[in-house]
Parts: sequence; structure tokens; C-alpha cells
Amino acid sequence: MGKMKGTYGIVVLLLALLSVGAAAWLGVSRRPGSDVVAAAPEATSEAVARGHARHLPPTRGSSLYQYGHPAGRRFDPSQVFDPGPPPLQGATHGVREYTLVIEEDVPHEVAPGVTIPAWTFNRTVPGPVLRAREGERLRITLVNNGQLPHTIHFHGIHPSAMDGVFELVPPGGTFTYEFVAQPFGIMPYHCHSMPTQQHIHNGLYGMLIIDPKGGRPPMRELAMVMSAFDIDRDGEADFYAWNGRAFQYADNPIELQQGEAVRMYVMNIFEEAMVPHLHGNLYHLYPSGTSLVPAEFTDVKTLSIAERAILEFQYDYPGTYMFQCHVTEHMEQGLMGWFRVLEKKERARHPQP
Amino acid sequence: MRENPGHRSGLPPRALVWASAALPILLLVGIIYLFFVRGTGLDLVGSPAPIEKLEFERVELRPGEIRARVLNTGPGPVTIAQVQIGWLNRASWEFTVEPSPTLTRLGRALVTIPYPWTPGEPYEVVLITSNSLVFAHEIEIAAESPAPGPRLLAGFALLGLYVGVIPVFLGILWFPFLRSLPQHWYQFLLSLTVGLLVFLGVDALAEALEKADEVPGPYQGVALILIGVSLSVLGLYAVNAGLSRRRLASATASHGLLLAYGVAFGIGVHNLGEGLAIGGAYALGEVAVGTLLVLGFTVHNLTEGVAVVAPVVRSEFRRSHLVWLGLVAGGPTILGSLLGAFAYTALWAVLFLAIGAGAVFQVVIEITRYQLRQAGPTVLVSAPGVAGFGLGLLVMYVTGLFVTV
Repeated sequence: MGKMKGTYGIVVLLLALLSVGAAAWLGVSRRPGSDVVAAAPEATSEAVARGHARHLPPTRGSSLYQYGHPAGRRFDPSQVFDPGPPPLQGATHGVREYTLVIEEDVPHEVAPGVTIPAWTFNRTVPGPVLRAREGERLRITLVNNGQLPHTIHFHGIHPSAMDGVFELVPPGGTFTYEFVAQPFGIMPYHCHSMPTQQHIHNGLYGMLIIDPKGGRPPMRELAMVMSAFDIDRDGEADFYAWNGRAFQYADNPIELQQGEAVRMYVMNIFEEAMVPHLHGNLYHLYPSGTSLVPAEFTDVKTLSIAERAILEFQYDYPGTYMFQCHVTEHMEQGLMGWFRVLEKKERARHPQP
Repeated sequence: MRENPGHRSGLPPRALVWASAALPILLLVGIIYLFFVRGTGLDLVGSPAPIEKLEFERVELRPGEIRARVLNTGPGPVTIAQVQIGWLNRASWEFTVEPSPTLTRLGRALVTIPYPWTPGEPYEVVLITSNSLVFAHEIEIAAESPAPGPRLLAGFALLGLYVGVIPVFLGILWFPFLRSLPQHWYQFLLSLTVGLLVFLGVDALAEALEKADEVPGPYQGVALILIGVSLSVLGLYAVNAGLSRRRLASATASHGLLLAYGVAFGIGVHNLGEGLAIGGAYALGEVAVGTLLVLGFTVHNLTEGVAVVAPVVRSEFRRSHLVWLGLVAGGPTILGSLLGAFAYTALWAVLFLAIGAGAVFQVVIEITRYQLRQAGPTVLVSAPGVAGFGLGLLVMYVTGLFVTV
């Protein structure tokens, strides 16, 4: 049994050594910041602050996607949706004609590198900006080149037969909507075929601008449709966008002149409230664009579903300014862009139209 | 007809034999060709939606940075086009992909996202492919991932020491006490060991099956378990057979010692898998390895030491074997927790857990046979046999209460 005791001694010694070593290491590793074993973090505010400071990135503000240096490196400038609406040219005999061709599963780059099969008017999302003067006859021909029946439903005042709800245009079919453009304002148009949610979500929407008979004071004009895309169909949008592509005006900023009067036509076609917001500025607000007198001077206005407004503003200082949706989720998933306001020393500060 | 296996004149010539062996393969190639050219009439290739699959193998949090290692387990190449980080809602974020944003089938990539995460917050890492498919990984509670360094290596080695080595040696320290027990307690001890091991084996299998879900699809987690278990059982029998032959020649080691090493090996591989799981859970930021959990494992694994020495309680052998037995059984925990912390993938954890389970079951069979040889067929249902087995299960169950989270 003597041999046995000897071994027992060896094992005890080994364990003692292990324990001492362990305790020593434990003492070392119990220092804050390298605690491997403990589960509960220190709860003092100081520790929290220290922990946060430790996890902040080295100062490189350009690492955030939406604040990245706007060098046009992600969205090819040639793909960017032109933010300028078409100017209102003269109509022939008071009739203004448009043709809208519907196609399905048109590849649409909704965010840099991410392509979805979109349903489109004239191969763009949103569809083209249509424009007419109040009182003119609008003659809009729908050509359905898709596999499903479609319609165009216009907001505005028109007979029920022209409402784009009762007649379904079959695949391969055409239909001409004809009505008097009224009243003046921003009138959304979209497919009203069922299920309407799917037809609108997939890209069949656009903006019709009806100008007042006497026109509006000439300004630099922008047209912006706010919408969103649920690419994995989980009931939550994955990208939000000005004019159909997330971050396109972040990558390709819109240049404005210092002191230049700007009129922005804005429309929300997604089924969430959106809040257009300008940085470094406020805007005169014309709800639905149906008045010539601004209703409000503000920098946030909640546009509910299918709501639209005209925003008029000018930048007094040169520099780069964000224009965004103030719903932070929308902004961080694409509903933001930059105005690059160029210095114009020779220009008067507040030109009167 | 008279059989004449040696008679070759009736057999086809050798060339024909080879041709017949090659025929099915040639036909297979032909059929595959036909299938691709003619199809089945069903549209199998142009599916309505792109089939893409990305699996997260490992997500690490570094100061100001989230790093996701992903594997393409879909049928074709996948291109990562956008990254979003979810907090309350998701936000698009800058990112880089190495070596390339396009992953071939079973290709891997490291996605680095310079995101200023803060500790204790929940996040979601969202990868969006060029075909607009969305893959997400949830970080329940953000905490900095261990980065290899001497201090951290030491920390995880220490964790392995506490969880695996120390408890096994503590159990071995009962050896003199166990040896002092009267002769008829021996069968009780062996049955106790069998009880402990059966529990351990089933536990390892259950854990392996649970982790098998996390193994990327093409690697077939459940099949890995089958392979691990069967290879370790058969492998151990092969090793034992080899050792037995040598033992007959030298006649030094006892059968009990061989069994003890079998137990130690089985427990050792099991502990390697367990260490991988613990280290991996810590590394993935999924489970905070709390003090209570570590203590629980320590108590739980104490019984492993008893299991290791039980077969040699009545044998004569060099006592230095006790140290080796302890190291074989407990040491792999250190290795496992280190590997788990710095290179965890569910695949390895599953494989080692399965090998461990197989080894444990092999030992269960061997100890039972040993008991039957020594004390006859009634030993298993005798009072000491049943009591030992039952107590073994009970001890594991009760100590297991501490380690179940």
C-alpha cells in the first residue's frame, strides 16, 4: 500500500499545482475588460460608458452607408431616375397624349447590386411623370404587355368609366383613358387591378402633375416619389427610396444653386406614413398641390398613404445638405439623398419671381 | 450441375468482365447527358424564384466592427450585394467581402461591417443577395468576441481545466476509498459506471442532434452523427483487438486497465466535443458562460473520474496510470474549449460529440460483457447491479440540473 500512497501524493500535488495556477490566472483575468468567466457585466454607469467608448469605431465617419462620400460609385449615374419633371410644353388642340406600356418582371436595381423583378410603366419605377395643364384633355393609352390584366387608376375628377377600376385591360390589350385634367395639383396614378397591393407594390405607380391654368412661378423643379420595396415578402419593407432606387441621390447628389428657388413635387405611395425633411432649411408647403397659397412653413410634414405635397424652398448657404424621410428606418434603408448647393456669389439672395 | 470454382473455361474473358463493370457507369453518363439535353418535361432548371442559400458559420464582434463568416450552401453561386444591420429596425451599412462578394457553391466569405455596435444590445446581421434574397443572423446580446491572444488563450485553457481536468482528477482521488470497499461492492461500482456512461452517451447524442440543425445542409449533420458513432465504436474494437493480441504476448496490462483506458478515451473525446460547444457558445455570443454553469460542469464531470477508475479498482497496475487516465479523460476539454473559442463551427462539435458518444457506448458494452464474464448473467439485475446503474443515472441527472440552460 506504500506505493499506492505515493501515487495518491502525486495526484494531490498535481491538483494543488493546477489549482494554484488556475487561481493565479483567475486573479489576472479578473481585471476589467478581460473577464472570461463572469456572466454579469458591471452595472455602474462609468463601466457602461467605458464599455461603449471601447466599442466605438475609430473616427471614420464615412463608414456609414448613408453618410458615405457621395462619389457616385455605387449607382451608375446613367441609371439614376431623373429628378426633374418634364417641362409643360404646349398641347396640340388642347389635347395631351401619353402612352404607358405595362411590362412584368422587368429587372429593377432597387439598391446597388440588388435586382428585383418589377412591374413597370415604360420600364421604370416609378412610372414616368405625366404633366398637363388644368382644363386640357388628357388622352392616355395603356398598352398591356404583361401576363396579367392591368388598369390605370388616376386620382382626380373624372367620369367613373375613366376611373380605371371597372375595365380590366387583358394581356396584349390596350385601353385609352380620356378625361379633362382637373383639378390642378399632384395626382397619383397606379394600377388598380387586383390584388391591388401586389400591383402597386411591384412598381405600377407614378405621378401626374396638373398645373394651374395660369401656371406657377418658374422655378427649378424636382419630382420625388417616396416608396418602398419588400423584397423577401415578409411584410416588412427592405428598402425605401426616392424615385425607386435606395440611396440613388446619396451616390449621385442633386446640384442646386445658392439662392435658387426650388419646387419639389413629393408623393408617398407606400402604405406607411412618410415625413419629407430638408436639412438646413424649411419649406413652404402646398398640401396636395391644390392651392396657390402655402399652408405652412415647416421642415417636416407627415405624408400619409398616397398623400402628396409641393415643397418650395431655396438654400441660402452653399454646402451639402441631406434630404430625407424623417422616419429613421426609412432613411437608413434608402430614403435619403444629398443636395449639393453650389456657391453663386453673383446671384441675388432672395430673387422675386 | 457440378460446381467448379477453379474452372475458368466457362467464365467470360477478363476484358468482358471489365467491360461489364464499366457498363453501368457509361450508361449513367449517358442518362445524365440525356437528362440535361432532353429534361423530363418538368421545368426543373428555370425555377420561378432563384434558389440561393447562405449560412452563417460564425459571427464575431470586434470594437466598431461586425465580422460574419458565411458559407454558400445553395445549388449555385451567390452574390452578396447589400448588408443591413438590424437594431430596432434595419439600416443599410457599408461592408466589405473577402475574398469576393460572389461565392461559389460551398464557397466561403468573410463579410466585414464597420458598425458601431454597443455591448448588451441585440442586433441582426442581414445579407441581401443580388437576386434580392435576404439572409439574417441574430445576435441576442452583443459582446466582444474573443480575439486570439495569450491572455485569452490562458483564459480558455483555464476554463477547460475547470470544466474537464480538475473534476476528473477529483473523481480519481476517490480511488483509495473505492479500493477499500469490500469485494462485493465492485459490481455495484461497475454498474454505477455503466449508468453514468449511458447517461453521458445519450446526453452527447442529444446534444449532437441538437447541434446538427446548425450544420450547413450539404454537410448532413445527422449523417455525421451516424458516421462518428459507428466509426468510433468499430475503431475502438479494432484498437482493443490489437492491444489484446499484444497483451497476450507481454501479459502485463490487465483487462481492467484496458477498460479504464477505453472509458478515459470515450470521456476524453466527449469532453472535446463538450469543450467545443462551450467555447463555441461563448464565441458566438449566444450563451454567457456564467460562473454557475462552469461550477455545474465541474460537479457534473466529477463523476467522470469515478467512471474512469472503477474498472481498475480490483486490479494491480502501475499507479502512474492514474495520472495518464485523468489526462486522457480530462485534457481534451482544454483543447476543445480553445478550438471552440477561436475556430468554432457546429460541424466539428457534432462530429466530436458523436465520436464521444460512440466511444462511450463501446465502453458500456465492454464493461457489461466484463461484468457478465465475472459474475454471470444475473449480475445486471442483482441488487448491486440495479442500484449502481440507477444511482449512476440519478447522479448524472441531479448534477445535470446545474448545466442545463
